[in-house]
Amino acid sequence: MVGAAGAMKQAMAKAKPDEFVKIERISKRFDDALAVDDVSLTVNRGEIFALLGGSGSGKSTLLRMLAGFERPSEGRVLLDGQDLTDLPPHQRPINMMFQSYALFPHMTVEQNIAFGLKQDRMSKAEIKDRVAEMLKLVRMSEYARRKPHQLSGGQRQRVALARSLAKSPKLLLLDEPMGALDKKLRSQMQLELVEIIERVGVTCIMVTHDQEEAMTMAQRIAIMHQGWIAQVGTPMDIYESPASRHVAEFVGSVNIFEGELTVDMEDHAIIECPKLDRPIYIGHGISTRAEDRHTIFALRPEKVWVSPDKPDQEYNWAHGEVHDIAYLGGHSVYYIKLDSGLIVQAFFANSERRMPRMTWDDKVYISWENDSGVVLPS
Amino acid sequence: MSKLTSRLLPTGRFWVISAPYLWLFLFFLLPFAIVLKISFSEAAIAIPPYQPLLEYAEQSLSIAINLGNYIFLSEDSLYYAAYLGSLKIALFSTLICLALGYPMAYAITRAPRDKQLIYLLLIMMPTWTAILIRVYAWMGILSTNGLLNSTLMWAGLIDSPLQILNTDTAVYIGVVYAYLPFMILPLYANLIKHDDTLLEAAMDLGAGKIKAFWKITVPLSRSGIIAGSMLVFIPVVGEFVVPELLGGPETLMIGRVLWQEFFNNRDWPVASALAIVMLALLLIPIILFHYNQSRAMERNA
Amino acid sequence: MNRRPAFSTAMLWLGLVFLYLPMVILVIYSFNASRLVTVWGGWSIHWYIGLLDNTGLMSAVKRSLQIAFFTATAAVALGTLAAFAMTRIKRFRGRTLFSGLVTAPLVMPEVITGLSLLLLFVAMAQAVGWPAERGMVTIWIAHTTFATSYVAIVVSSRLGEIDQSVEEAALDLGCPPWKTFLQITVPMIAPSIAAGWLLAFSLSLDDLVLASFVSGPGATTLPMEVFSSVRLGVKPEINAIASVILLAVALCTLLAWLIVRSADRRARNPNASS
Repeated sequence: MVGAAGAMKQAMAKAKPDEFVKIERISKRFDDALAVDDVSLTVNRGEIFALLGGSGSGKSTLLRMLAGFERPSEGRVLLDGQDLTDLPPHQRPINMMFQSYALFPHMTVEQNIAFGLKQDRMSKAEIKDRVAEMLKLVRMSEYARRKPHQLSGGQRQRVALARSLAKSPKLLLLDEPMGALDKKLRSQMQLELVEIIERVGVTCIMVTHDQEEAMTMAQRIAIMHQGWIAQVGTPMDIYESPASRHVAEFVGSVNIFEGELTVDMEDHAIIECPKLDRPIYIGHGISTRAEDRHTIFALRPEKVWVSPDKPDQEYNWAHGEVHDIAYLGGHSVYYIKLDSGLIVQAFFANSERRMPRMTWDDKVYISWENDSGVVLPS
Repeated sequence: MSKLTSRLLPTGRFWVISAPYLWLFLFFLLPFAIVLKISFSEAAIAIPPYQPLLEYAEQSLSIAINLGNYIFLSEDSLYYAAYLGSLKIALFSTLICLALGYPMAYAITRAPRDKQLIYLLLIMMPTWTAILIRVYAWMGILSTNGLLNSTLMWAGLIDSPLQILNTDTAVYIGVVYAYLPFMILPLYANLIKHDDTLLEAAMDLGAGKIKAFWKITVPLSRSGIIAGSMLVFIPVVGEFVVPELLGGPETLMIGRVLWQEFFNNRDWPVASALAIVMLALLLIPIILFHYNQSRAMERNA
Repeated sequence: MNRRPAFSTAMLWLGLVFLYLPMVILVIYSFNASRLVTVWGGWSIHWYIGLLDNTGLMSAVKRSLQIAFFTATAAVALGTLAAFAMTRIKRFRGRTLFSGLVTAPLVMPEVITGLSLLLLFVAMAQAVGWPAERGMVTIWIAHTTFATSYVAIVVSSRLGEIDQSVEEAALDLGCPPWKTFLQITVPMIAPSIAAGWLLAFSLSLDDLVLASFVSGPGATTLPMEVFSSVRLGVKPEINAIASVILLAVALCTLLAWLIVRSADRRARNPNASS
């Protein structure tokens, strides 16, 4: 569910790497706080790119600098070769869909969509055609005469999207696009939004704090943390090969084991972890500096096997008991307390109805395969 | 947003700020400088009735600073009593308004939403009506053969009419009557923002209803209390209409004395000196009010 | 928590009676046929008809209404700009002084403001020859100065409530800032601008002290006219004119309330986002 679509899109994007948006060493200082700290990014033509991060990570400030609402303290923004840094928002070929949608409350749906076109002094007939076309695109034609307060949340979002696409911007910005919708509507609207954006073919940068949303919608994701970019990559890159402990912990759940690297060969490596019964065996070499043997090993919960039987492998297992279980419907999360006291999460797919399962205080073994985990820089 | 507007609108921004700024500077701030200046000059029978402070005589500029007006104020116990009387009446009226207004504001916040607007309208409407007319209404009621005395005598509570009009009591009634809405409105604006769950939490943790009110609601409404009290206290210190119409000859309030100095005695320098001293007395309350307001406004923005 | 507190509700009703009873009595007595204000002599509209013949009073009414109209218009323009500056422009030179200048007239005793403005006008007349004569223009300036503060407070609280991203959206769609202000911001704050206008209008209509200081010969406003009669005691004619003013203000307030309520209703309309 998490990245299959993204991987496909990424393959497409790789076919024509065309640098469209270039953010060059941009910083933003508010009083004494550095909201965005020396960020450089490149977004390709036709790509949907997500800035993912928690609150205060600087993602919104970065987006507002692209729209022109904030002026960077340092650095430049280039769009299709044009330097936008000093242009005010109303002169930028960029349009934004706001988190609150920011529809003009005193105007009808039609007037909202026509607003941007009128600023370009288009003829009445052209505006009419364009508005009709946009209404059709977002399937809102029958609501043209309504006022925003007569629309549901999902309908408002579509109007906001139509309004921001009406001027055929070079770049579309989405600020927490699903932020104002309830959970049920989100997954449906995520796919619909992507479909419309891809049909129009506009380059798009979105900001979100929801990793599922970023992974569903975007071809590439930048993880932001404390004003700088922690990692840029496809959803699969970020989930399966996190660049740091912070990224691994921010995206999805993860078990972290700390240990000493004792063997580091061309084709395998071994980490001694005092909290585990057996050492960790990795099916490839790790090129670390020889003097620092301290290593962090990250293992996703869905890659952990739980079984009452002792595994017949030499490495990659530990003994413990079931400490707690969270039944989530599609899967359960088992919290296994190892003999060393460390608690490990494991996902367990509930693929059968009412099958016999391990329960509280059962003695169990956890195990994993050689290439299931990732070694992170400490 | 600041940067946005600033950058977008170098000229527009300039006018947005400078039009009201210039107006207020010219017609509100600058006049005080002139009052200060004239308070240092000497009265004269002339038009205007004071001596110029700067005199360009014999090719040299002479500045005659004259502290005489202030010395005159300090020597005459009338002014001293007037300032004290104003402060006393303002203080007690503020306390009475607070005692009456707080429960009223609280009751409004507890009313259903559509009724709240009606109550607010009822509270607000008198403030939009001339204070002159509202005070005048009391003159008819409080006079010796007025409605209050006739009612009391008809009920047999008193034998002869009470002298209420032209006493300090009448001034208190008039001031509280005129300024009560100014206490209620900011209190309401503050109380309505309170989160009911805080009271529920306090009661859930074992505080009684009354204790929860004193420990949660009252401390949280501090800025409303300050705003309301200042909106009553500061203007009442300089109040003219109420003591003039309801007060007696012994009701000394500084606004009335200033008016008399200006209009009856035509002593502009002494009136100016009176205004400057009043302003100095009110400076701390005004700053307190302003600080409180701008903090509330920043929370809005 | 939904139970209404009995004590404060009783206080509310007592307070409302306290606020309204004197005015009700005043209106009733304005219909008194007797010239003796304390004796009830039956119903009559005698005193109202008498008002129409009082030419001095009628010209004062006309003058007051004119001043109030121009005051409200100027105060709305200046007050809206001041509110916009205070809520939308976070940093500019002299911002502290500016916000002080906006809030101080709210509480400044009228005798001080009145005296200081008069002295300003006198000084200006000496220095630049204007205003040569004090009258309606000087009263208008004085009223505009303090009404601007009230309008700024009313409008800025509304500006603080509206979603700023709506204004940003207009800029984002290519609308220049001044046009955004006129086409987006002003329609959204229109109810509070209207309320501010009515407030400024009635403040100007009510003012006695400022007008007394800055007025000149021949420029008597309605409150000044009323005051000079009131000083001499209660009179039935005054009861009548006071009742008319009360009625006018009540209508103004009702109008302002209806505007605010309908705006409030619109704002509270089913918002799927909330």
